[in-house]
Amino acid sequence: MTATPAKQLRSFGRRWWHQLTSMRTALLLLLALALAAIPGSTFPQRSISATDVTAYYERYPDLAPVLDRLWAFDVYTSPWFSAIYLLLMVSLVGCIIPRLGVHLRSLRAAPPDAPKRMEILPYHRRLDGQANETRAQAALKQQRFRTVRRESDDGTVTIAAEKGYLRESGNLLFHTSVIFILVGVAVGSLFSWYGNRILSEGADQAFCNNLQQYDEYGLGAYVPETSLPSFCLQLDSFEAEFTNGGPTAYDADVTYTVDGAEDTYNLRVNHPLNIDGANVFLIGHGYTPVVTYTDRYGNTETRTQPFLAMDPALNSEGAFKFPDANYNPETGEVDPNAEVGFDAILVPTYDDATAMLIGSEPELNNPVLALTAYRGDLGMGDGLPESVYSVNEEQITAGDLEQLNDTVEAIGVGDSMELDDGSTLTFDRVEQYAVLQVRHDPGGPIVLGGAMILLAALLPALTVRRRRYWIRWNPDGTVETAGLNRNDYDGLEEECDALTADIAPDTEPTPPRTEEPIGSTS
Amino acid sequence: MTGAEAANTLFVATILVYAAAMFAFALEYAFDKRAPKRAEALVAAGGSAETETPDETAAAPISPAAARGAGRLGLILTYLGTGALAASIVTRVVYTGRWPWGNMFEYTVGVALAGMVCWLVLVQSKQVPRRLGLFATFAVTMVLGTSVRVYTEAGPLVPALDSYWIIIHVTAAIAASGVLLIGCVFAILHLIKRRYDRRVSDGKSIRFPLNVAERLPDATALERLTFKIHVFAFPLLTFGIFAGAVWAHFAWGRYWAWDPKEVWAFIAWVVYAAYLHARVSGRSAKANAPWIAILGYAVMLFNLTAVNLVFNGLHSYAGV
Ligand code: HEM
Repeated sequence: MTATPAKQLRSFGRRWWHQLTSMRTALLLLLALALAAIPGSTFPQRSISATDVTAYYERYPDLAPVLDRLWAFDVYTSPWFSAIYLLLMVSLVGCIIPRLGVHLRSLRAAPPDAPKRMEILPYHRRLDGQANETRAQAALKQQRFRTVRRESDDGTVTIAAEKGYLRESGNLLFHTSVIFILVGVAVGSLFSWYGNRILSEGADQAFCNNLQQYDEYGLGAYVPETSLPSFCLQLDSFEAEFTNGGPTAYDADVTYTVDGAEDTYNLRVNHPLNIDGANVFLIGHGYTPVVTYTDRYGNTETRTQPFLAMDPALNSEGAFKFPDANYNPETGEVDPNAEVGFDAILVPTYDDATAMLIGSEPELNNPVLALTAYRGDLGMGDGLPESVYSVNEEQITAGDLEQLNDTVEAIGVGDSMELDDGSTLTFDRVEQYAVLQVRHDPGGPIVLGGAMILLAALLPALTVRRRRYWIRWNPDGTVETAGLNRNDYDGLEEECDALTADIAPDTEPTPPRTEEPIGSTS
Repeated sequence: MTGAEAANTLFVATILVYAAAMFAFALEYAFDKRAPKRAEALVAAGGSAETETPDETAAAPISPAAARGAGRLGLILTYLGTGALAASIVTRVVYTGRWPWGNMFEYTVGVALAGMVCWLVLVQSKQVPRRLGLFATFAVTMVLGTSVRVYTEAGPLVPALDSYWIIIHVTAAIAASGVLLIGCVFAILHLIKRRYDRRVSDGKSIRFPLNVAERLPDATALERLTFKIHVFAFPLLTFGIFAGAVWAHFAWGRYWAWDPKEVWAFIAWVVYAAYLHARVSGRSAKANAPWIAILGYAVMLFNLTAVNLVFNGLHSYAGV
């Protein structure tokens, strides 16, 4: 007889389903998942730092595109990583559901009867004297065994007892919580958003929560750009504390406005501010030098420019650009080739003795700006994105910008640098900025809940022992007891001996006659 | 003497005392002929399984009684060394005025302490015979020796580390690493003993490194113990990782970002989960389970060393 194609398909499907939901497959998938996670730590990841990926492209122009096609820069969203964990999830669900059925049934069923030949069980004792049934019931009850009494026609009475159901309950709950956590992660990636923002001190630097105002942001697939809660935030003052050249505390006083209502908060690392479901985190800080440029016609412009730290001593780099400089009040025109820009390094603690342009202390003890001036076309109007932290190098190499000083000029607070046309740049003061991250992740609470369930379920799943115990009064007047461990733990013998002694305190139990019980786990 | 110097002196004393303990345990391991050669339950109920079997082959340089004395001395020395190590950590706490898990050196020292405490608990509760202290002190002394290579002056903490979560997260991670270290030692001992048993039953000769296994406890018992230790450590590790995620939420604004440290913690966790599965997935998988446990510890070590030193992640600011 040949099977119909439909039947063949079904049996094929069943075989594969069986294969997929087997423990061995789960084991292999777990190891595969561990292996697949490794590249994410060896290659830069877009989700962590897009700039690192760009840098990698520059360093390995040939290799990078190939790696990119293999998703090496997006490992955790790559098809191959997803395939492994999705298979694992399917296997997990396929594992949980049948086990859940079995477990629910066993929770309602009575403990099974003892085998005919009790001596094959790992624990077995024969009692000579009388064992009291009431005592047995009481002892088992006290140990919180679930018991059932069976009487057969020949007069044999058996009490079957079982306990440790919590192990399987915990195990199932544990595996379910893994799925729960993954659901939370998925919700997070679809519905969360974040924005990073460098915020300098002062009311004029305040920003409001919309994407245009972030230096960098990310939106989940299902977050409309307009759905962000509206609030505004301003940094009133910032303080960093240093000990032995290392920062020990950041302290930011902020004022925030929601629906016209104003409030203040002391924002610190590890103490985020929650506004309307969004958390504001303080994740870093740096210096904002303030300078004033007075051009050759006497027009002044002030710049408050956050600088990027280059090292732990907060030597920072940045640039001041004045594309509207040299407005001629007589002609009413701006000379497009007399724009002015400065590349600068801020040294927080300048050592006058060594005159090194790299300080070794992060505190603002003797701040100095090291400046290189350029004049010409800054190239800012061409619409291309460009760094606010440096003067456009391409304009310099193209000869559109002229470097005005050959050696770097260092000026302290209150001092000025004078250019050949009589214009000056004055170093007014240094303010601080905080690096803020605003983030909303509705998946977070789900993940946290799942994690807590996972931990709580893990303990019984690992430590509770599932075991059975039987007492049988044979028609010939003898009494037998037996025990069986349903998972691999020791201590069965001690526990059963104690029970046996409890049931028949007056008699010495005879240890098993057989040499080595089969399947002993005690 | 400054606090830092006192802490360092105690640290050096610990290594010396542990080395002495290791030597004492080695004497007991080698010359206490009471230890039955095969099929010994780890510690049989009441200890009655241990009977003196006179050694016919060679005259031992010291008597079994003297060897047992050496073992007792070894245990005392282990307590002393552990006390000195704890005192060294406490001194650092007093001197720096902060929780002592601020850099890689301190972390490693913490792992050594946790491992030794774990082993002492096992001996005191009579789960393992004392003479195996040889391997425990060896492993812990290796860890301490390595920590010297990443020694850092005791100093203050960067802001993100200034949180009570450091106590919760790092303490759990250290405790888990310490217990898993001992678990790994027993996994290795099990594999050695298994190999030894197989050669014996095949009638093959046993040469130098393997003949050391003669006095190891029964292979099954070693496997069971390996499992028990991992069962204890796994929830600790899980808790440590979760606490890290909660802390990351507060300090960095997100609970998980696949930072290299997080990646490797995830890998370690998954490998240990695989170990727990391997033990119930049939005969051949169970036979391979100890290898998976050892792989798990290799990942833990990699995470502790290479990830701190080579990869550039958020965690690397804890300082070497
Ligand atoms: C992401 C996937 C998984 C993870 C992280 C995971 C983790 C764990 C852990 C930590 C344990 C030990 C704790 C306990 O005994 O409850 C365990 C046990 C167990 N797992 Fe999984 N598991 C996964 C998938 C699976 C799958 C797919 C199956 C079914 C094929 C499975 C079946 C089991 C069974 C039967 C046990 C009980 C072992 C025993 O009796 O001690 N697991 N799992």
